[in-house]
Amino acid sequence: MNESIPQLQSYDDAALEQAFSALAAEVRDGAAKLSSAEAQEQFRLDWLGRKQGRLKLVSDAWLKTAPPEARKPLGIRFNQLKQQIEEALSGGNGSTSATATSGALDLTLPGTRRSIGVEHPLVRTTNQIVSVFKAMGYSLAVGPEVETDYYNFESLNFPPNHPARDTQDTLVLASQESKPLRERLLMRTHTSPVQIRTMEQQAPPLRIVIPGKVYRNEAEDATHLARFQQVEGLCVDTNITFSDLKGTLDHAMKALFGSSVKTRFFPSFFPFTEPSADMQISCIFCGGKGCRKCKHSGWIELLGCGMVDPTVFGFVAEKQPAYDPKKISGFAFGMGVERIAMMQYGVSSVGNFYSADMRFLEQFA
Amino acid sequence: MKILSAWLREFLPAISADDRQLADDLTLRGIAVEGVFNVDGGSLYEMDITTNRVDAMNHYGIAREAATIYNVALKPLSATLPKAIAAKPYPVKIDAPELCGRFTAQVIRNVKIGQSTGKLAEKFAQLEQKPIFNAVDASNYVLLGMGHPTHAFDLDKLEGGIVVRRANKGEKLKLLDGTERVLEADDLVVADEKKAVALAGVMGGWDTMITAETKNILVEAAWFDQASIRRSSRRHGLHTDASHRFERGADFNAAPLANALVCELILAACGGELHGEMVDVVIAEAAKKTANRAAVSLSVAEVRRHLGATVDGKGIAAEIIEQYLTALGCSLQPTGDGAYAVTLPSWRLDLEREIDLIEEIARVYGYNRFANTFPAFAGAVQELPWEPKHAAVRRKLQALGFNEAVSSTFCSAEEATNFSGGGVPMGNPLSEEAGMLRPSLLPGMITMLEYNLNRDIADVALYESGTVFSGSTAHVSERQMICLGTTGAASATALSSADNALFYEMKGAVELLASIFTHSQLSFTAQSPAWLEPGRGAQVSVDGVAIGWFGQLSGAEAQRRKLKQAVYLCELDLQKLYALPLRQPVSREVSRFPAVERDFSFFFADSIHWEKISGAVASLGIAEMSSPQPIEIFRDAKGKSVPAGEYSLLLRVVFQSPERTLRDEEISTWCGQIVTALTALGGRMRA
Ligand SMILES: [Zn+2]
Repeated sequence: MNESIPQLQSYDDAALEQAFSALAAEVRDGAAKLSSAEAQEQFRLDWLGRKQGRLKLVSDAWLKTAPPEARKPLGIRFNQLKQQIEEALSGGNGSTSATATSGALDLTLPGTRRSIGVEHPLVRTTNQIVSVFKAMGYSLAVGPEVETDYYNFESLNFPPNHPARDTQDTLVLASQESKPLRERLLMRTHTSPVQIRTMEQQAPPLRIVIPGKVYRNEAEDATHLARFQQVEGLCVDTNITFSDLKGTLDHAMKALFGSSVKTRFFPSFFPFTEPSADMQISCIFCGGKGCRKCKHSGWIELLGCGMVDPTVFGFVAEKQPAYDPKKISGFAFGMGVERIAMMQYGVSSVGNFYSADMRFLEQFA
Repeated sequence: MKILSAWLREFLPAISADDRQLADDLTLRGIAVEGVFNVDGGSLYEMDITTNRVDAMNHYGIAREAATIYNVALKPLSATLPKAIAAKPYPVKIDAPELCGRFTAQVIRNVKIGQSTGKLAEKFAQLEQKPIFNAVDASNYVLLGMGHPTHAFDLDKLEGGIVVRRANKGEKLKLLDGTERVLEADDLVVADEKKAVALAGVMGGWDTMITAETKNILVEAAWFDQASIRRSSRRHGLHTDASHRFERGADFNAAPLANALVCELILAACGGELHGEMVDVVIAEAAKKTANRAAVSLSVAEVRRHLGATVDGKGIAAEIIEQYLTALGCSLQPTGDGAYAVTLPSWRLDLEREIDLIEEIARVYGYNRFANTFPAFAGAVQELPWEPKHAAVRRKLQALGFNEAVSSTFCSAEEATNFSGGGVPMGNPLSEEAGMLRPSLLPGMITMLEYNLNRDIADVALYESGTVFSGSTAHVSERQMICLGTTGAASATALSSADNALFYEMKGAVELLASIFTHSQLSFTAQSPAWLEPGRGAQVSVDGVAIGWFGQLSGAEAQRRKLKQAVYLCELDLQKLYALPLRQPVSREVSRFPAVERDFSFFFADSIHWEKISGAVASLGIAEMSSPQPIEIFRDAKGKSVPAGEYSLLLRVVFQSPERTLRDEEISTWCGQIVTALTALGGRMRA
């Protein structure tokens, strides 16, 4: 093409408008004919060629000689023209194929990411459980991991010679033998002491959800560690019933595992609840038909629960008389976080949660 | 525990459920059948009976549960014995009435000891119960059948009558398992006039046991105090079928029946005849605490208050209560107003209170027949003050790329000393490495970093929030801390060399954490504890309160752990951090007027720290100037482009006014002031 660039008559607005409109019309005409890769390359050279491209000529002939006050309006028009040409080349008119574009990026290369850290899977599961209960009006409660025998056992109605009180089962602090039994310090074996501590501080009605670490003197294997995490809950008010316990947990399980999950309850035995129950949920892997994960039963044991034993209220009432078992009632429940997290994320060994292996943790990003 | 369905059915003539159904129905009532296996004539149930239900640890007890569930008749248990040959009652004396509440004894003479045959042998085979001699098997059969432990002595080895007494301290007794035990005064023994012949309720003695030569037998069935049996069983490490039952509370009234049932079996299997009437010594005090307990009052309203709605909408009715409790062995006396005085069965010592009866009613009714209801609630969720703070801290650390981790609550004594100067020791630690309560999160963090490094994972960034412990075994205090740990290959930046990039990254994390909270001053001071490398660690203070430390782990500690590369750590006290209020972001108008950047390139002596430089510039008090930023720092080890002992600093300031475009002349003036200030610090402008 290589037409020369016409002489610019003047640098006023009208003259610029006229000159650039003419060039824009030429770009439009050319862009309409870009049906092949060759045509496209020719068009590019004609307009954008580094030495003889018409844009270069425009720049040399008009821009460089312009008086200072005309440089800005001229520059704007120049850039608009350049943009028009580039759009035509990048297929803005839809007439070119993607493969024809030179310098296009490899869309099949993986994206890069700014690295972010992850929430620990046990904390994630704990927080999920906690928020389900918060939505039902439960407030968070926490307590010490080193407990006295009184809060861990006595006030929860464990008889003095209960096997759990033995050092075979419970981790104890050194040099406790000389203290009265109820003052001896141990690693709490469950989060239930927080129930007692909270009730002593707050009169009913009370709804609390208690996450925390607990400890047992146990041999460790793929599914059990000597320390693990629990989430426990307590609801106390006038007229709290066993059917309320059932309804609350049934709702919570549906919120956690999906609305098709079913629950069922079996009699069990815990010193601090009566009646006591074990709750199962329909297997979340097979929907209840039976599979390897549920040992072909269709059900998975998930938590222990029950109505708070009046004796427990009796201990609390020594400090907080409003917990009169004749007037109020309540239920409590507790579940192991590791077990649920293992189920949710398909973790095969509980040790994974505590190794801090980056390859394990990063799977939860 | 193994149970034969056919044996259960001997007591349940009217039952119609098949074995599978029976297993399911028992399980739903808390008498858990864990496995059902086919055996000749029925099923073998593998059962898991909760420790409070000692009454159901035998066939008759489980049959009673089934009779209650299905509301069918339970065949009464009784023994049919021939008339005894007249003889003087066998002498029995209870010298420890607080430990032995009842003792029955029956003499059988002229027996022939041999192997068991017939129905008993078949049942033993199915239950995998080892047969011994027919007379001994009779005792075990009764235990399996109705649950009360009994014992048979070789009468001719007994010297004089029976005395139930506390052992003499140091007294020796060889037991059936062949071991000789040295007894304590707290052990209860069955003795004759010369010696102990059984560790009461736990195991019989060797010298008086039934042998192939035994001709005459004394059958014992007794009731012993739970706590005493538990102590003896523990003390001697002997857990037997008998101790298992006695320590959980045996049936006070079952002793004579159990004795008679054993006698009936022995007479049938070994021949012989009864001599004298059965001796039955009863301690009235013990009977009052067990068989003759005071009635418990139970009201229908209280049952409904605790149990709530049923699926059928009717709730628990009085008829249901009467039916279930009666079938379980209670007797109910109406006392008006929908209440009863309930007399408790002697075999259910676990039932003591109204709530225990309510549980029985719920259990037999079936938990899953109660409705799912939702309690009304007038309260509101109370957020703990630290909850949103902790959430913000965790979110920010994750955004920086730190992975959350959980380490051990315990550490070794050496770690406790090195990182905190001591800790609180455990009495029965899981291992020596876990001998102390952790006084710091640092040892656990280092272990986690080390774990990754040992697996060739060279880039690690972790944080843990958790409890640390201080104080003594007399009193322990707990505090919540947060710990950060990083290691890895870092590239040099414009401000830091590869060697110290992670240090400044950690400092940046600390600054970000502080920025979550309202405070006026965050400061870093060079004093640092022994676990930090000298010159590469700092104490962190917010508004003058020290909240923790950060820096590079000391060479000595890294050496001890054989760490392959430098490790950076930070530990902050969350209590102190969370004492500050959350910072509420406040928006400032962004100026519409152009900003002007000016860079200054200076050489400074290494001793002139950034704080001095930025302070000198800031103190010029130029309102239109933003705080100065270091853009590039450069040192030259060879001393060529930058003289040794000095560094070159590229410093940038930005001038901007919210009200107007700044004039060139005023900018020049300010730049001049900055140059003067920097020169006054000993800086030399670069050419
Ligand atoms: Zn399944």
